Amino acid sequence: MAKPAEQWTDEERQLVEWLADMNEDDALPLAKRFLLEDKVDPMHVLDLCRAAMDIVGKRFEEGEYFLPELVLAGEMLDTIGAVAKPLVKAAGGGAVQTHGRVLIGTVHGDLHDIGKNIVTFMLDINGFEVKDIGVDVPVQTFIDEIKAYQPSVVGLSGFLTLAFDSMKETIGAFDAAGMRSGFKVMIGGGQIDETVRAYTGADAFGVNAVEAVALCRDWMGVAQ
Amino acid sequence: MSDTSPARTMIGPYEQTAAAKAAYDARFERLLACARLEQPDRMPVAMQSFFWPATYGGITYKELMYDYDKAKKVCFDVVAEFEPDGVYPLLMGTNMGRSLELLDFKQLQWPGHGVGDMQPFQYLDREYMKAEEYDDFLFDPTGFYLHTYLPRVAGAFAGLAKLPDFPGLHYFRLVGGIRPFALPEVRESFEQIVAAAEETNRFFANHVDWVQKIGAAGFPLINGGNSIAPYDFIADYFRGATGMMKDLFRHKDKLKQVLDKAAVFIARMTIANAKAAQHPIVFIPIHWAPDAFMSPKQFEEFWWPSFRRLMITLIEADLIPMPLWEADCTKRLEVIKDIPPGKCIYWFERTDMLKAFEVLGDRVALRGNLSPSLLTTGTPDQVDAAVKQLVDGVWRKGGKLILDGAFGIPDETPTPNVRAMFDAARKYAG
Repeated sequence: MAKPAEQWTDEERQLVEWLADMNEDDALPLAKRFLLEDKVDPMHVLDLCRAAMDIVGKRFEEGEYFLPELVLAGEMLDTIGAVAKPLVKAAGGGAVQTHGRVLIGTVHGDLHDIGKNIVTFMLDINGFEVKDIGVDVPVQTFIDEIKAYQPSVVGLSGFLTLAFDSMKETIGAFDAAGMRSGFKVMIGGGQIDETVRAYTGADAFGVNAVEAVALCRDWMGVAQ
Repeated sequence: MSDTSPARTMIGPYEQTAAAKAAYDARFERLLACARLEQPDRMPVAMQSFFWPATYGGITYKELMYDYDKAKKVCFDVVAEFEPDGVYPLLMGTNMGRSLELLDFKQLQWPGHGVGDMQPFQYLDREYMKAEEYDDFLFDPTGFYLHTYLPRVAGAFAGLAKLPDFPGLHYFRLVGGIRPFALPEVRESFEQIVAAAEETNRFFANHVDWVQKIGAAGFPLINGGNSIAPYDFIADYFRGATGMMKDLFRHKDKLKQVLDKAAVFIARMTIANAKAAQHPIVFIPIHWAPDAFMSPKQFEEFWWPSFRRLMITLIEADLIPMPLWEADCTKRLEVIKDIPPGKCIYWFERTDMLKAFEVLGDRVALRGNLSPSLLTTGTPDQVDAAVKQLVDGVWRKGGKLILDGAFGIPDETPTPNVRAMFDAARKYAG
């Protein structure tokens, strides 16, 4: 069971605050000290990180934070995670309850990944299990990955105008394979709008990571 | 003089008739009048694209990259058919495949090299300068370029990493210090660079010939040279997107110093290129200004100051900056308004043009912005309606609008939609 916030020590509260405030120089040494010297339960340190990322996500949704904060937050999380995860494994713990699965990738012909990575990060910190299958993903790879991973939502990303046709082809292949009823499809990227959504046959589009999270929450029945 | 026939003008090898000259002058004046915030005789229409001329002319994107003759033909044909008032230097954006090969250029994949023959090029966003190299760049940019940056971004320059530090070559030290020039890898690099430069001369001569040919037919370029915002220069070509975003927290002071330095040599380069091209309008694609990319505070602290300084320097050199504000920059409008009136053309991609006109109408000419999704997947009737909407909302209300796509004509656009764009401009705005 996660330790309730009211039972956190002052230092634990401080870690959450520093992470949420982008104070990397102070936050990382403290997190490492918790894990390596003070032998704090690594799952608890990850809980503190998650609490900090909740604040980061809210500030992003409220327009206080932008991409640079998400990128730095993601990197701080990765750094702490790299230290904590071997300790979690050694202790034999780890399964985390999530709202559901999202598979995401950039469609074939397009190599852009920043938007996709931000959406992945935002879904992750909002409690979704996300599998990112990379860029320039062939149609068949999407189909194989969907069969194996069984996601509730598939996210197709693309920045170039050629991605309109790649998305249409990919979604068309989901229909042709008779698998479309098993999940919802959302699309996103620099040029995506309602015209492109209609053209590709996607269920919905989003113009930013907040909208992607809202779509997944809505489809999976998660309270806002 | 006994000859009373109309004056013949030669533009390079091409004869420009008196009618073509008048048409050229009228078109160019439309662009300049807009920039001065004066009323032109009709709404000008621009033509910019990367690979759409190949789509139009039935050649592959790869041919547009590599074949000088085919590329020149399709890029002439699109101009001759649609009669734009200003044309982007179409070959400069695409036709350099052979030069890129010889340079072993690593920052881009292009048709025939890394992506398919019918796919557009893709920039490879990487860290081409490490965070710990800021000091090297700041201390001696040229040395950093020679020894580190150029060998990283183009294989032809690999041997230059072995060159000596030039500061320090003095008196007898000059004699001893030049020995690296005799190294086989340095010689090989120089040979490759010379071969690439000779190819670039052929590519450039072809571009000049095309400019003369469209000029003789009555069509001016909309811009001569290009430039870049200092922040985008460092983010795109040195630090990479995520590296740059982290630098806003980790290396903010050094980043600002580099931006200040970059603004100076970008301005020098831009002014020299514009003078060589004999064209006042400078195209500046803007990548990192969009509302979503950084906070208003970060924008005003990191992005805007060095760019504003660059624009003012260009204006003082009698140039007309024409930034293309990519994506949605609605929240930036009040900030980017801070420039002298009648000196710039602001091209907007996804920013609502009516809103841009409301905020900036008395400050800059506007360019754009038919949506790429409309141009590529819509019908000619929908394109017609979208042009009418811009004409009614901006042009008829006194806005100095140069009509164009949101970032020009997307590569996949069906030709009837381009025709609809040009026809609708004539139908609704002269």
